[in-house]
Amino acid sequence: MKIQKQLKDQIVEICNSFNNDPCNLINVLHQVQGKIGYLPVEVQQVIAECLHIPASKVYGVVTFYAFFTMTPKGKYAVSVCLGTACYVRGAEKVLEEFERQLGIKSGETDATGTFSLNTLRCVGACGLAPVAMVGDKVYGRLTPADVKAIVEEYRAMEK
Amino acid sequence: MANYKYHILICGGTGCHASQSAKIKENFEQLLKEKNLENDVQVIATGCFGFCEKGPIVKMLPDNTFYTQVKPEDCREIIDEHIIKGRKVERLLYLDPKTQEHKSDSKHMGFYKKQMRIALRNCGFINPENIDEYIARDGYKALASVLEQNDPEATIEDIKKSGLRGRGGAGFPTGVKWGLCRPNKADQKYMICNADEGDPGAFMDRSILEGDPHSIIEAMAIGGFCIGATKGLIYIRAEYPLAIHRLQVAIGQAREYGLLGKNIFGTDFDFDIELRYGAGAFVCGEETALIHSMEGQRGEPTFKPPFPAVEGFMKKPSNVNNVETLANIPVIINKGWEWFSSIGTEKSKGTKVFALAGQINNVGLIEVPMGITLREIIYEIGGGIKGGKQFKAVQTGGPSGGCLTEKFLDTPIDYENLVAAGSMMGSGGMIVMDETSCMVSVAKFYLDFTVEESCGKCSPCRIGNKRMCEILDKITKGQGTMEDLDTLRNLAKVIKDSALCGLGQTSPNPVLSTIDNFWDEYVAHVVDKKCPAGQCKALKKYVIDPDKCKGCTACARKCPVGAIHGTVKNPHEIDQAACIKCGTCIDTCKFNAISIQ
Amino acid sequence: MDKIKVTIDNRTVEVAKGTTILKAAQQLGIEIPTLCHFELEGLNFHNRPGGCRICVVEVPGRRTLAPACVTECMPDMVVYTNSPRVLNARKTVLELILSDHPADCLNCSKCGSCELQDLAIRFGVRENPYVGGNHVQSEYKVEVSPSIIRDMNKCVMCRRCEEMCNKVQTVGALSAIERGFPAVVSTAFGNTLTESPCVFCGQCVAVCPVGALTEVDNNYQVLRDLADPNKKTVVQVAPAVRVALGEEFGMKPGEIVTGKLAAALKAIGFDYVFDTDWSADLTIMEEGTELIGRLKKFLAGDKDVKIPLMTSCCPAWVNFYEKHFPQLREYPSSAKSPQQMFGAVAKNYFAEKINCKREDMVCVSVMPCLAKKYETGREEFKKNGNPDVDYSISTRELARLIKMFNIDFNTLEPIEFDSPLGESTGAAVIFGATGGVMEAAVRTAYEVLTGKTLPKIDFEELRGLEGVREAVVDIDGLKLNLAVVYGLGNARKMLELIEKGECKYHAIEVMACPGGCIDGAGQPYHHGDSSIIKARWEATYRADRELPIRKSHENPSIQAIYKEYYKEPCGHLSHEQLHTIYFDKKIRVDEE
Repeated sequence: MKIQKQLKDQIVEICNSFNNDPCNLINVLHQVQGKIGYLPVEVQQVIAECLHIPASKVYGVVTFYAFFTMTPKGKYAVSVCLGTACYVRGAEKVLEEFERQLGIKSGETDATGTFSLNTLRCVGACGLAPVAMVGDKVYGRLTPADVKAIVEEYRAMEK
Repeated sequence: MANYKYHILICGGTGCHASQSAKIKENFEQLLKEKNLENDVQVIATGCFGFCEKGPIVKMLPDNTFYTQVKPEDCREIIDEHIIKGRKVERLLYLDPKTQEHKSDSKHMGFYKKQMRIALRNCGFINPENIDEYIARDGYKALASVLEQNDPEATIEDIKKSGLRGRGGAGFPTGVKWGLCRPNKADQKYMICNADEGDPGAFMDRSILEGDPHSIIEAMAIGGFCIGATKGLIYIRAEYPLAIHRLQVAIGQAREYGLLGKNIFGTDFDFDIELRYGAGAFVCGEETALIHSMEGQRGEPTFKPPFPAVEGFMKKPSNVNNVETLANIPVIINKGWEWFSSIGTEKSKGTKVFALAGQINNVGLIEVPMGITLREIIYEIGGGIKGGKQFKAVQTGGPSGGCLTEKFLDTPIDYENLVAAGSMMGSGGMIVMDETSCMVSVAKFYLDFTVEESCGKCSPCRIGNKRMCEILDKITKGQGTMEDLDTLRNLAKVIKDSALCGLGQTSPNPVLSTIDNFWDEYVAHVVDKKCPAGQCKALKKYVIDPDKCKGCTACARKCPVGAIHGTVKNPHEIDQAACIKCGTCIDTCKFNAISIQ
Repeated sequence: MDKIKVTIDNRTVEVAKGTTILKAAQQLGIEIPTLCHFELEGLNFHNRPGGCRICVVEVPGRRTLAPACVTECMPDMVVYTNSPRVLNARKTVLELILSDHPADCLNCSKCGSCELQDLAIRFGVRENPYVGGNHVQSEYKVEVSPSIIRDMNKCVMCRRCEEMCNKVQTVGALSAIERGFPAVVSTAFGNTLTESPCVFCGQCVAVCPVGALTEVDNNYQVLRDLADPNKKTVVQVAPAVRVALGEEFGMKPGEIVTGKLAAALKAIGFDYVFDTDWSADLTIMEEGTELIGRLKKFLAGDKDVKIPLMTSCCPAWVNFYEKHFPQLREYPSSAKSPQQMFGAVAKNYFAEKINCKREDMVCVSVMPCLAKKYETGREEFKKNGNPDVDYSISTRELARLIKMFNIDFNTLEPIEFDSPLGESTGAAVIFGATGGVMEAAVRTAYEVLTGKTLPKIDFEELRGLEGVREAVVDIDGLKLNLAVVYGLGNARKMLELIEKGECKYHAIEVMACPGGCIDGAGQPYHHGDSSIIKARWEATYRADRELPIRKSHENPSIQAIYKEYYKEPCGHLSHEQLHTIYFDKKIRVDEE
């Protein structure tokens, strides 16, 4: 297993800032993921070493919580809200349309790393249901017919 | 609010924020500067006003004018008209759907009339990032009086007498909980706030934290003093960046003012608060799971006893309260337990915040006295069903709750009545459904959620919910049998009876309540292979009536998969093999030519 | 202690406060079925996650059923363990567990000793309502490591292995991963056990209720070589096997079956039936001499000498310090384990003696252990790719072999082991129990150092079943501080003391398994009954008492081989053949 020195130093620094206390594992994972976007194997191994806990424990925690991911997200992370309010206003159809337009399933990133698609549970904008987000930008009161235009908007930015 | 003539309050809640409320604030500030009015008018981003349906909301003080659905480009008109000329901008006022009259003061709107704001008292009234505004509205007065009285047992007694119960779901009496923790001796105890709101359709805790963070800090300090804890921990969802930011600001300010830290109010009471982040696990709302998560472990619940009051965070006595519960504490101290216990029903006192959503006209965050009926909420506050459709069910309690029908509309809402009706209070999600919602699909929706969120520790929840979900899936595809319904009912009963934690024990509620209240709909799926609500894809077919179709081509153009064929001015046809049953065509057709079979 | 009364199935019993419903029911002779619950009384292992929900009982007044394994009795509590509500829930939960479990019992190596199978039999499960159609079953890749097979499709999430691996052994190879239906116990990142911190102690196998964790079965390789007329087959049997094998043939725990064991191996067709006890005596000569050597230097003020000397017989323990504390790998004795010493002697000295080419000799060991399987494959124990020990089979595998050969074990006439590698002493037998190696070493060290005869052979102070024991042994005025530990968690504490420079001991014996090899991962399953382990323990010391020679250095065959071949302990040839070196095998992330 190999890791870039610079990255390792960053992780060690984050762990140090939490006194290498295993109780702070989740806070550490948040900060590391915030910094590099995801939590690959070698990164988890370094965290395990710093906090003096088995790597299997770190992996057990990373795979338990929905917020943590071991695969990098796309440049444009599309999240469709599947909270109840959005669901009863047709969020499932919106999700299916995103899947069709992007050619990937929920939880996947496309081959070029441009788009990734995920679902989330309630962003607290139930008044705008159904809601989807691309990065931090919120799109509300969506119908399946709106999806194509949203995807095109970002595709155009890539060209 | 010192020398300003006007205050412009802009909703900074998540819903309004998503509709550009930050841009609105920026525009106001820029325009005021341009017109040299920045010393006369103050612009404040507040917490959620609750009326999300009509957001973004802008409120003008001192005259209480309530502008709805404001766009960034409306700012100039509001300043020119309202501030400079003293005239209200009519077109941005709330239009009463019944009387067709504009209402400028929120007090007169149906949405607010029946509400009673205790937990949300400051949301939408103060700048949550300014501690002075909180103090100006009696903030930290309760903490001061509790410390001055210096009789934690008496304070616990007051909370007990107020009748306040946990707002996170189960409804355990808060005062009793504190009383159980207090006598346990340890070198360190913890006062924990559960802000890991995970119910997919509830955002009251988030709104309180975003709109009134100091109320939680004050309540935690009071609780810490009562149980003998000097450390407070807030376990908050990482998905709530704004709430986290506001809490951090508020904690910083409270420390600066000596309201957190050593020798608070000159007494020997020390108390400080740290944040811990959740990472997306609904089960962490269960207190033992929450504690494990804060310890850096997998959020799996453990058998109680030992209760956290005896063995909690780091094996030390701990007390866990939900955000909304805590938000009530300072008011109870300030106004007295007698006042609080006069509100509500016999066993459920005070108010409850609900996130009202779904197929209803006024989506938003509401706070109502216990004992109010569902009918009042849905038809008076909520303004009735959207699009004039028929009410079918209301789901309360999120994934742990159930679906209630027409016959429960006049039942006074409290903890006991909701449980008796087959649902529960839960954290306060309230989703209204109309005739287009298929109840089998709704049950499956909630079960999908539980299957995804189950921690996997106990077999009934790990495997049982998966099996229930598979059976429901079969039914929605028209492949179910009557035996499946028996299996489903038995599974639901056993899981409820044998699962390890509250999540597992309540997870069958959406299934049981829909089986009980919508048996015919299940039978229709199983026996007739039909979905009466027309929602189950496998059981429906979109068809164009050639007599009604004018050949306008609108549907063909909108169809995302190009499944509609035909020439201009001639009846169109749907290619059933290509159709993905998204329903876009039916929404597009102006001639009612498309129907579901 | 406070006593309370509880009524279970209409019968009242008085129990101590804090007693669980499960234990209270046991006092009444009511066996509430369990699955995840596991306890080794007196051996410091308990697993009580309350997760399987098989043991649920009805307590009138409670909203839900109560798990008997974790619910404590309350005064005047009324409990029903067999009400219709309970029986229905229990059966439904069992059917759910079975619905996510392969139905391949016939070719599962756990068939017949599987706790889930027992439950299915007990509940008369005849069909499964959740199989077929759109019902899915978990799918995981089966991993075959040198010692252990992991088939997580069979995992029931009892978490016993996880508890054992982390809390008792502090190895940390296993953890629950994912959540909900996909949740399962796994290594970090789904790596193989070899790539993980696993030390192959196999205690996860020893406690697994089902066939998710089992041993690699080498029986068919052994059979193939037995059938090959060109091969000379040599077998050795570890000390702990003789006090446990009888259990597999219906004998009560603690029967000593040494003679029958030798007879069975002869009947199976091994050309030479030898005894690992012989090489245990050899180990004492080598390790004891090394200890004396280090002590002399230490007492002379040598700052560089590594004290304490730690034993190195246990291959899981060897793996532990190589993978977890490689920086301290100079402390353990360089002596090979008795299995490998035997292999080295067999394929060098003995092969020469019977004029057999190394490649034509097949050396098989019967061990109470799974780590021994891994040990046979170590590169440093091979010559031109040919291992000193070809296969290591467990006590359980040997029992299967005996049954396969239609041998009626109970009526076998006992015989002696073959000569010369079959003669042994009481000192060697006690290698099987925790503290035995240390006691054997002290018996020899005393007489070698002082030149006097031991006044009393039994060192009671070194015996016992506590996880950490210490004793001061007086060797003619020289006070030796000794420690004996079992369980790698306890071993870790010792290593941490050494690391901090706070270790006061001169020598430490370490065994990975609870109670030593008698509870090795290759022994007959005890299913949590620690009285079985105690019976094996007692039998071990009984066997020692019954032997005429009880000190390793008095073994005539050992004396002979030094005279004839090795010349002296720790001499040139013995260093070449009987000692080894250790490696740094810590898992690290290297910087790029």
